[in-house]
Amino acid sequence: MGEPIDRGRRQLLTAATTLTGAVGVAFAAVPFLASWKPSARAKALGAPVEIDISKLEPGSMLKIEWRGKPVLVVRRTPAMLEKLGGHDDLLADPGSERSKQPDYATTAARAVNPEFFVVLGICTHLGCLPASYFEAHDTVDGLLGADWPGGFFCPCHGSKFDLSGRVYRGVPAPTNLEIPPYTFADSGHIVIGLDQSRIA
Amino acid sequence: MAGREQEAAAPGRLAAFGAWIDERFPMSTLWKEHMSEYPAPKNFNFWYYFGSIALFVLALQIVTGIFLTMSYKPSAADAFSSVEYIMRDVEWGWLIRYLHSTGASAFFIVVYLHMFRALLYGSHRKPRELLWIFGVLIYLALMAEAFMGYLLPWGNMSYWGAQVIVSLFGSFPVIGEGLVEWIRGDYFISDITLNRFFALHVVALPLVLIFLVVAHILALHEVGSNNPDGIEIKKNKGPDGRPLDSVTMHPYYTVKDIFGLGVFMVLFAAVVFFAPEMGGLFLEAANFEPANPLLTPPHIAPVWYFTPYYAMLRAVPAFAGTQVWGVLVMFAAILLLFFVPWLDRSPVKSIRYRGPIYRFALMLFAAAFLMLGYCGLQPAVQPFQAMSVVGTVIYFAFFLLMPWYSRIDSHKPEPARVTS
Repeated sequence: MGEPIDRGRRQLLTAATTLTGAVGVAFAAVPFLASWKPSARAKALGAPVEIDISKLEPGSMLKIEWRGKPVLVVRRTPAMLEKLGGHDDLLADPGSERSKQPDYATTAARAVNPEFFVVLGICTHLGCLPASYFEAHDTVDGLLGADWPGGFFCPCHGSKFDLSGRVYRGVPAPTNLEIPPYTFADSGHIVIGLDQSRIA
Repeated sequence: MAGREQEAAAPGRLAAFGAWIDERFPMSTLWKEHMSEYPAPKNFNFWYYFGSIALFVLALQIVTGIFLTMSYKPSAADAFSSVEYIMRDVEWGWLIRYLHSTGASAFFIVVYLHMFRALLYGSHRKPRELLWIFGVLIYLALMAEAFMGYLLPWGNMSYWGAQVIVSLFGSFPVIGEGLVEWIRGDYFISDITLNRFFALHVVALPLVLIFLVVAHILALHEVGSNNPDGIEIKKNKGPDGRPLDSVTMHPYYTVKDIFGLGVFMVLFAAVVFFAPEMGGLFLEAANFEPANPLLTPPHIAPVWYFTPYYAMLRAVPAFAGTQVWGVLVMFAAILLLFFVPWLDRSPVKSIRYRGPIYRFALMLFAAAFLMLGYCGLQPAVQPFQAMSVVGTVIYFAFFLLMPWYSRIDSHKPEPARVTS
């Protein structure tokens, strides 16, 4: 009864108890927050996909689904590859500096092996699916222009991409089509979702 | 008074039961404090209906929502068909679902009018800053609630709307991609995302909303209601300590609010029964197809109540290789609302006594907000792009320039007592 209250000591103890409690709460929150991360099943379903490209004809395209997204594989002909350098002035990001792709796909061909072009078929504007107009002078009601070298055209808002998925100037899409990580298992098989650099 | 004396003289069984409860729970204290003795300004007008209507719509959403969960299945495989099942096979299922879907739009209409009322009469000003902040938090929780609810029917617009909005978080540098993966719980909008949005929509966010609404009302009843004159009725009290310009909440405003609810319900029922889709505004046509990750609807637009912010998002061009600026502008537009009580420097609160500058600014702001809402529904082409830029600039100027124009604006003297 006689002892005066030591307010400093009381304050220190209150602060220390609060702090310890807060640390406990932070630790207790971890399992709940972490439970939102992709589960083991989601990770397994999102695992790399192997596709057979040995039967893909030159000039044609294959479409598969990986992680719920369409992946396009185009076997480009030498004539198609030749045209890639001819229209840099029409492109918004010809060097792929502002676009998303693995480091091994930053050349004009944007591919490990220029013959096989692997790309996510999702428009970088609002996620629509660009359609393929690979022939030079293909036309969609005159929207592609007379000197269209072949490429992709998004029907939603009219974004145009060349045969390396590089975006044209003056269209709504801000960047080139995204290239997913991929690698060649052997000359006839591509593994989508596995990084080239992890093998090499 | 005679009735009360009689009651006291011959306490019936009911009164005895009431007394029994009162000894254990503050029933009549609460009733008196918030209803029969709560002093509300006697000059409330039309604009004061929307608070009680919002409360009604909240209750409606909770009740119809509970009944929808009894037939709805939150999985990618079953969600779309379970909604069709509700519409076609469940007795009165169509009515319960249309009440819920129309209720969502009605909620936003009522809340927008309720917020506009605050800007008209300065209801956010001192001493009601916290009341306003609770209100803005309710608005935020409501937006999250509506966004997550919109995914549940698993229609194609549900899917792609969620895809576009969740992707917004991906534009943040460094953390973006991980953040998006964490929100979705998968590498794309999937069954997992649907399941967690369901949990948040039916359990977590309603709890948050109810808590915030209780806090909003407690704060209101602590400081007392503002009124169309924007003056404090507590400054003039009678000998009994009650504000002279007040009437009790019950029965005066409960009766008024019941009338307002009646009018609201007539309009609401007209939409539910005759135009539940509201020409694609309340329920979008693309959502009558099941979600398809490989087929984008030709034109993705959020539901109308988000379109002002969606227009702002699109009005800001990508530069320095990122779209994050539009996202930041959109979030800033909502965050700004929290600061309005301190941005406003006018010596008077109500539009009735404010000068021409604020009147003009508020009308311009309301027009810009409506224009942004319209632009957000349109494809991202001219002239809507240019209109969105103009609207965004006006929106931000209204708030950011408020400290200056509200101070230099002229004003009329406030009356000492409320006017009728």
